[in-house]
Amino acid sequence: MSHALTLITFIPLIGAAVILALPATMTPIYKWIAAISTVPQLIIAVWLYVRFDTTTTAVQFAEHAPWMASYHINYFMGVDGISISMVLLTALICFISVFASFSVSRAEKGYYALLLMLDTGMMGVFVSLDFFLFYIFWEVMLLPMYFLIGIWGGPRREYAAIKFFLYTLLGSVLILLAMLGLYYYGPTPTFDMTQLAANASGYSVSFQRIVWIALFIGFAIKIPAFPFHTWLPDAHVEAPTAISVILAGVLLKMGTYGILRVNFAILPAASHQLAWFFLGVIGAINIVYGAMCAMAQTDYKKLIAYSSISHMGYVMLGAASFTAAGINGAVLQMFNHGTITAMLFILVGVIYDRAHHRDIGGFGGLAQQMPVYAGMTGFAFFAGMGLPGMSAFISEVLVLIGAWQTHPILTIFAAATAILTAGYLLWTYQRIYLGPFNEKYKAFPDLSFREAFCLVPLAVIVLILGVYPHAILGLLNTSLVHLNQVVLAAPATAVAMLH
Amino acid sequence: MTVEFPALTLILIFPALGVLYNLFLGYRTGRGAVSFVGPAVMFVAFAVASWAFYEIMVMPPGSVLTYSVWGWIEAGNFHTSIGLRIDALSAVMTMIVTGVGALIHLYSVGYMAHDEDFARYFTYLNLFALSMLILVLADNLLLMFVGWEGVGLCSYLLIAFWYTNPQFAYNGRKAFIVNRIGDAGFLLGMFTLIWALSQHGAWSLDFLTLKARASDIASTTLVGTTAATVAALLLFLGATGKSAQIPLYVWLPDAMVGPTPVSALIHAATMVTAGVYMIARLNFLFVLAPAALMVVATIGAVTAFFAATIALVQPDIKKVLAYSTISQLGYMFLGVGSASFAAGIFHVMTHAFFKGLLFLCAGSVIHALEGEQDMNKMGALRTKLPITFWTMLIATLAISAVPPFSGYFSKDLILEAAYESGHTALWILGVITAGLTSFYMFRLIFMTFFGESRVDHEKEHHIHESPPSMAIPLIALAVLSSVGGWVGLPEGLAWGDAFARFLAPVVGDFKPLVVGNPAMLSLVATSLGGIGIIVAYLFYIRLPGLPVILAWRLKGAHQLLLNKWYIDELYNFFVTRPLFWFSNTILNRGVDHYAIDGAVNGAGLTVETTGEAVRRVESGNVQHYAFVYLLGVLGVVAYYIYLVIH
Repeated sequence: MSHALTLITFIPLIGAAVILALPATMTPIYKWIAAISTVPQLIIAVWLYVRFDTTTTAVQFAEHAPWMASYHINYFMGVDGISISMVLLTALICFISVFASFSVSRAEKGYYALLLMLDTGMMGVFVSLDFFLFYIFWEVMLLPMYFLIGIWGGPRREYAAIKFFLYTLLGSVLILLAMLGLYYYGPTPTFDMTQLAANASGYSVSFQRIVWIALFIGFAIKIPAFPFHTWLPDAHVEAPTAISVILAGVLLKMGTYGILRVNFAILPAASHQLAWFFLGVIGAINIVYGAMCAMAQTDYKKLIAYSSISHMGYVMLGAASFTAAGINGAVLQMFNHGTITAMLFILVGVIYDRAHHRDIGGFGGLAQQMPVYAGMTGFAFFAGMGLPGMSAFISEVLVLIGAWQTHPILTIFAAATAILTAGYLLWTYQRIYLGPFNEKYKAFPDLSFREAFCLVPLAVIVLILGVYPHAILGLLNTSLVHLNQVVLAAPATAVAMLH
Repeated sequence: MTVEFPALTLILIFPALGVLYNLFLGYRTGRGAVSFVGPAVMFVAFAVASWAFYEIMVMPPGSVLTYSVWGWIEAGNFHTSIGLRIDALSAVMTMIVTGVGALIHLYSVGYMAHDEDFARYFTYLNLFALSMLILVLADNLLLMFVGWEGVGLCSYLLIAFWYTNPQFAYNGRKAFIVNRIGDAGFLLGMFTLIWALSQHGAWSLDFLTLKARASDIASTTLVGTTAATVAALLLFLGATGKSAQIPLYVWLPDAMVGPTPVSALIHAATMVTAGVYMIARLNFLFVLAPAALMVVATIGAVTAFFAATIALVQPDIKKVLAYSTISQLGYMFLGVGSASFAAGIFHVMTHAFFKGLLFLCAGSVIHALEGEQDMNKMGALRTKLPITFWTMLIATLAISAVPPFSGYFSKDLILEAAYESGHTALWILGVITAGLTSFYMFRLIFMTFFGESRVDHEKEHHIHESPPSMAIPLIALAVLSSVGGWVGLPEGLAWGDAFARFLAPVVGDFKPLVVGNPAMLSLVATSLGGIGIIVAYLFYIRLPGLPVILAWRLKGAHQLLLNKWYIDELYNFFVTRPLFWFSNTILNRGVDHYAIDGAVNGAGLTVETTGEAVRRVESGNVQHYAFVYLLGVLGVVAYYIYLVIH
């Protein structure tokens, strides 16, 4: 399979084409075509996982072909330790999100076609190593998401979709400008990310700083980092369940992935100078602020959205620590947050499908009526709290171990937030699942087979990575330790340049 | 001597099998199978633990059994593994956890017999045992933390076991969150140790490495003191949460709403002693941080006294025992804080016997009275519940440190260590607390079993002694409460302090700074204990009107104690409410809604008008848009293929 990455990226697109080509009357089969299109992706992802060489920092499974030669644009795909775990995550979440979509009953043809296009866009972002190609995929992702929220969303979907669109467009423009800046002002014009990284010392430090900040804002909007985060709660609240799953499970990771892939690798000197504030301080603010806002929510889904903001802060803080433990923890946290938050949004969807509201105060005692559902939610909540034995514990502890070395004060805030997280999650749990049973809901069935089918694989992964995190960490370590050293070594280069 | 001992994994595997069985099959296979599997896995674990204990006994002093399961976290320089370790210290703890644990599992079969959620109960109880054993057997601090939070989880699940009662659910949540405060301290303490070691080129949390590098940690300066002191204090914050000491003790009394066997196992015998165990485990660190040890001893003694005062007036039988537990845990910290780690662990053991027994007896009383916990509605149960009465009396004699019952030896050793470490003031507090202890315990005995019956009339006829599954654990623990202290006799008597000698290779010998006269010290403490018993006898048997008059005359003090010094109210007013106000009003409404979103909506004036455009899209043909979009993407792909071909 020499074209594994091309296949894993474009197979969903073929699925989308098939769906669109079919007559509009074939509604019952669109979802199955979508499901079938995500299976090869998952298989290829597992194949990549098995074949991935964990001992090298080199790009693997590379595909290289000239594209627009006069502009030095190439079709360049490949994965390394920074991206391999995200490829796995994307394939997994997309597969599950198709099944989580089965409750959608409106304009299914368009829905599944857009969902598969979104899949291609996301996968493309993680496998592209040509900045131009990366950017194309980044944009490809934007429109399907906009439509999926704006058309299949809740009552305020238009507001949420436009807000998402404008925020993301602002980010895209900044990334575009930064990309063109790197292209034109480098020693040799190129979009090749490995080449750009090798050119790092060719840019003046002040130029690096400007580009770095532009890129940071572009990526920070996706994370989302404070204060660019307010699109997320609205988008989540309005988005259909499966779209929330993708949004939280994969899309947010593109922000932090971009920072590692572009900011860190291509602009190490600026990263070394600026990360303490933009990733460290803002990351800590994300952690604390997200948790405190989550405490104040009355909408179940909005609460999970804010908790998502809080947990993405750990990724930023870990990256800012400039330690091997911290950066490993950061990328592992991206993976773990993807699986856990996907569970949480599916679980919110379960109750929304039945009750048609998400008012936390409007439930009560559901554990009696839906014990399996309540048990699964408890599991996901404790996973979200970073309970030891589950995956997020490993990543959060690694982040904090790393951050404690360089940012002790921020780490105290981050560690103390674990208390708030337990507070709002358990309080929510109590209000919805414990206490006297609200008789209004006595007709509710427990988890269906389909819902359990979406949740159980994620739960199993959460448990496995809690006791055997090496399954993912093993992929990351070599590349991330190297990336960290590149950034740490950077100031010397930068200073040399100034003279 | 270090011996590889793979059977250690069995101590974990059996409770784990119990969890899986009860969780996935328990509801299907029914009550009988669960009643067998739940306790049986614990008895097997106890058998394996006994085997390991025997191996340790026959091997030369200082031997350890280890087994490394697999490498756990490897990231950059940081390595830690899932490894198990039994030395003298963890051997004792494992015996307590599996032994007392097995008895309480057995007792639960009878106690929970009428509960609908029988399988769920045993799932949680087995999961607790598993977590507690991970905590005890871990060979590194991070794995210990897995057990540490795991037992906290089970504590939450079991306190809120009858979750339809919102108050119970609240109390469970409170326990978990208060413990999380401590856990944050524990985590930061661990990070401090890693940081200090990394300064010397080591990245590990293995107890072996930590011990070998303890002097490095103590020589690393941090915030004006040493990393050892900072780490020890942060870890001790964790201990105050888990082991219910000032300032984080507030969750334990509320935890009593859980089923009574849970109170016995988790909130008396095992989990709450985890903090003491952790300090004993890290003794090499704490002895290099004298300031931290001083804090441990002081907090311990003050908590012992403070909690005992509250126990004096509580009407609820389980609340008395809860505050008594906090008080006794205070003694244990006074022991380890005085650098007599063996004394602290000795009291962990005897306390597991007598306090476990006290809770089980209380459970037996509550079971007989169909849920009644108010001692004002008990009385004269002595003849109706003879087994319960006699076993509870033995436990009471033990906790009151009446020789030769078990509590006498351990408490005596702690008070002696406190005195001989030069903590005279703390010793005085401890001795006074001994008097308070025997007073409130005999108050409990007299109010419950003596005097006139104040039991509700309709319950009076149903009073019955407990079934054998409950009576057997009572008798077994009564035997242990009586003679369990004899493993640590005063020096010079028969085999002397065999317990301390056994632990010495792990926790070191106690080195007195001040020479006291052990016989004299013991006499003072025991006399005060005796006075407590006599006063209780006067108050509750001879002059039953006296407590009422006193409560009325000393209304202020009585109210203060009855309301537990209003600590919960203070926390609520100064911590919880401001936090909610800040997150609701300032952050969520102020910053997020008005400031940021206000700016965003202002900047995007077009949002509303653009919204109209979307509405048109929606009413239009979605497939059309998707199709156009796909065409664009396919065009790009086609162009690429074209380029590749040419």
